[in-house]
Amino acid sequence: MKELSGIVEIVLRVNGEDRRAAVRPGDTLLRVLREKLGLTGAKCGCENGDCGACTVLLDGKPVKSCMVLAVECEDAAVTTIEGLRDHPVQQAFAEENGFQCGFCTPGMILNAAALVDAHPEPDDAVDREWMQSNLCRCTGYEGIRNALAAARKKLAAP
Amino acid sequence: MNPASHLGTSPIRTDAPAKVRGTLRYTDDLIRPGTLQTAVLFSPLAHAEIQKIETAAAAAAPGVRGVFTGADWPDVLIGLYMGDKPPLARGKVRYHGEPVAVVVADDEACALNALRLVKVEYAPLPALGSPREALAPGAPILHPELATYAKIPDILPEPGTNVANRTKIRKGDPAQAFAAADVVVESECAFPPGNHVAMEPRVAIAEYGADGRLEIDSSTQSPFEVRNLLARALGMPERRIVVRAGPIGGGFGGKAGIMLEPLAALLAMRFPGRPVRLANTREADLLSSPGRPGLQARVKLAARADGTLLGADIEFLFDSGGYADYAVNVSRAAAISCTGPYNVPNLKTDSLCVYTNHPFATAFRGFGHIELSYATERAMDLLAERLQMDPADLRLKNAIRRGDLTPTGAPMDENTGDLPACLARVRKRLAWDAQPHRVVQPDGKIRAKGISCFWKAPAIPTFTDAGAVLYFAEDGSATLGTGVIEIGQGAHEGLRMLVAEALQTDLDRVHVTRAVDTDRSPHDWATAASRSLFMAGRAALEAVADAVVQIQRTAAVPLQCRPEDLDVAGGRVFVRAEPARFLPLEKVVLGYVYPNGNAIGGPVVGRGRYITPDLTGLDPDTGAGKPWLEWTLGAEGVEVEVDPADGAIRVLQAACAMDVGKVVHPALARGQVVGAMAMGIGYSLCEGFVFDARQVVQNGSLRDYKILRYGEEPDYFVDFVETPQHDGPYGLRGLGEQGIVGMPGCLSQAASLAVGAHLAELPMTPEVLWKKMQESAR
Ligand code: FES
Ligand code: FES
Repeated sequence: MKELSGIVEIVLRVNGEDRRAAVRPGDTLLRVLREKLGLTGAKCGCENGDCGACTVLLDGKPVKSCMVLAVECEDAAVTTIEGLRDHPVQQAFAEENGFQCGFCTPGMILNAAALVDAHPEPDDAVDREWMQSNLCRCTGYEGIRNALAAARKKLAAP
Repeated sequence: MNPASHLGTSPIRTDAPAKVRGTLRYTDDLIRPGTLQTAVLFSPLAHAEIQKIETAAAAAAPGVRGVFTGADWPDVLIGLYMGDKPPLARGKVRYHGEPVAVVVADDEACALNALRLVKVEYAPLPALGSPREALAPGAPILHPELATYAKIPDILPEPGTNVANRTKIRKGDPAQAFAAADVVVESECAFPPGNHVAMEPRVAIAEYGADGRLEIDSSTQSPFEVRNLLARALGMPERRIVVRAGPIGGGFGGKAGIMLEPLAALLAMRFPGRPVRLANTREADLLSSPGRPGLQARVKLAARADGTLLGADIEFLFDSGGYADYAVNVSRAAAISCTGPYNVPNLKTDSLCVYTNHPFATAFRGFGHIELSYATERAMDLLAERLQMDPADLRLKNAIRRGDLTPTGAPMDENTGDLPACLARVRKRLAWDAQPHRVVQPDGKIRAKGISCFWKAPAIPTFTDAGAVLYFAEDGSATLGTGVIEIGQGAHEGLRMLVAEALQTDLDRVHVTRAVDTDRSPHDWATAASRSLFMAGRAALEAVADAVVQIQRTAAVPLQCRPEDLDVAGGRVFVRAEPARFLPLEKVVLGYVYPNGNAIGGPVVGRGRYITPDLTGLDPDTGAGKPWLEWTLGAEGVEVEVDPADGAIRVLQAACAMDVGKVVHPALARGQVVGAMAMGIGYSLCEGFVFDARQVVQNGSLRDYKILRYGEEPDYFVDFVETPQHDGPYGLRGLGEQGIVGMPGCLSQAASLAVGAHLAELPMTPEVLWKKMQESAR
């Protein structure tokens, strides 16, 4: 158990780069990514763990960055949407209209990327459980469902 | 040489790369150092007198630059069609979540810390929990000053009561129709207010410059309207205000009015030279900023034995909450379309916007039509039941057609969509005529189907406008500037396709400016009412035509022909009769340069304008007039499955067929309809505020306010009919909102059939359904 107070300097491994930031112990990873590191792809949809717009990957696992403190993440590899380049899930979201306004999209894509990584084969119950962490108000989820299927196909292709 | 038509193809949206890579900057992503941060104190009570506010301790806290209350701006009233709301509560609070005080500090932590030190003493007042309560004799009057509020003439408040607007429709002789009827049914229904839940919470960042100009970045659907309303509220001319907006993270009407901007502006004026950021938390977005209205409705129908509608007597009571905002016009819109898409020759309608002590309401997808549709569809179902008629047949029999008079007395014109065709497609999809509508499955679950019809007309000012400008670059490509906000709907994509089509050029040679800036963009009423592609589309086509004339004029000189002999297509301007004589556009659009260096022409700037023609207001006594521009007609249907063990309801399939005139981008059009249907499912099955006896909201966070989640969506079926809208670009009409309108109706019909009881309230949660089933079993 660490004990911290005042302003502390931390080093986060974000998208493969070491990023230094002066933070308060109470600062969430979400706020530090957005406000200290300029990585605004993760969104503040609720800051209460309910919407998933802030989802990032910690060591490859989806995490709601509004629910973790930045100081807890020093030993983990953080992947934000800005760190995902030409990932099949991104292509699939673009091609299948897995977004409209795009506000939920970074979180949705990171969660979906982790999902297809952990479960290359589709399974409705698993997909549902997994994807219900993220809310989308625009698409009615049709485009997202199609994007998920298309991404799995792309990944399975030799 | 001409590329094939783009209309009807589904290219990938140009904003896709930025959106899937998370690099698109929304309003709150504009993080600027030195920005003052705010924290707002919200009323914990729905109705109370403010007796005392202590701010001294908060003002002295570290990092704090100021603490403000309603007393700081004793005269400012904000409103859209009627100015009834102070930027911070003055004297009393009228809803749970009303902003009472705001702390401005160097950072958010300081602001939040100081906020805890602001102490407010309230004396609770009796809270009004529904329009009917608010209209009852002896109810407290929430706005005693109603007579003094500035308003537009179309809004008709009744001072001394809680009625913020009453719109009356009187058509034909309803008394006679009811007397002559074979059947009369009377239906009542209701639902509570709720929220848009756009995933991007609302935010405004204001800065007051040394030059006396206010600069505002806002997540608004209506930057020009915000500028105009701010000017009025602050007594400042428009030329001293600039509003910048877009792209935004979903709107659904919730960002169409004026919200955080006035308070942000007032604060900024206290701290010249420093940006002030006023950003909603999700909880503030749900409670404090406006949501959607609730409804209590009564619909009485008179019909012949064969189902022909003779008359209707309708009362809509919109629950507007503590302030009127857009809701006054929502109630007016519902009156204009009050019968739903049916021919009703005799009509008496009163549509009221009523103040209560609920969170206040603004525009919401469907704008009064989801409400009126729910009420009329419930009544149609009662009528079908009474007549033992198939509910779809009853609707078909009364479907509105060309030549029929709408509630306001103006005839449906040659652009009238084909409602029977829409209904037929939904029937076919649901196997409506081939299978029973209610089936008990082997596992005991009950499957049931429902069908509804809907219509929607935009309720807009009679002078709703759109401007467009078209610029060109060295490579001959065109850039379209409009005042349309990209809120996710894909309007910029549609506009790009219209311009490319008109220029007969490749899509990638047309670009649409993403951000809107009231200093630089052409004026545009608002990105609302599903009118952007129609109106800005018309303006864009005019801008193209204007640009083409300029291109012809320049090119005619070196091509040695008359300007009118030239055509523009495929990135070239050429002699129509002799296409081999041409110039590439890039040689013309910035002026033509001769080999010796001499130049003619100059940059082409296409200008386009649109304003709604021939619209009128409503006669205050009869509602007569022509306030509508166009109608989108359609039908929807669902199949649901209800588990009698626990009332759990699942929507298995949802179908929508609507007549949109012309489909420009099928994938985006489908996306709009599917998204709207999903929102309609949430609206009907799980959404809405829950109040305690003192009208305090019990589900003011996303944990408790349920919207549809992944995996809860049905199989969607979307089909379009294309009866051209002759004044729409390439024959199109609006489609962005409409998919939501018929959902509560068909879902209620299906759920009622499943549980064996007439359901007349939303949301139809499992608990409600389970209880109904227990009752009907008894
Ligand atoms: S912002 Fe983190 S879950 Fe909503
Ligand atoms: S695309 Fe707008 S919230 Fe999902």
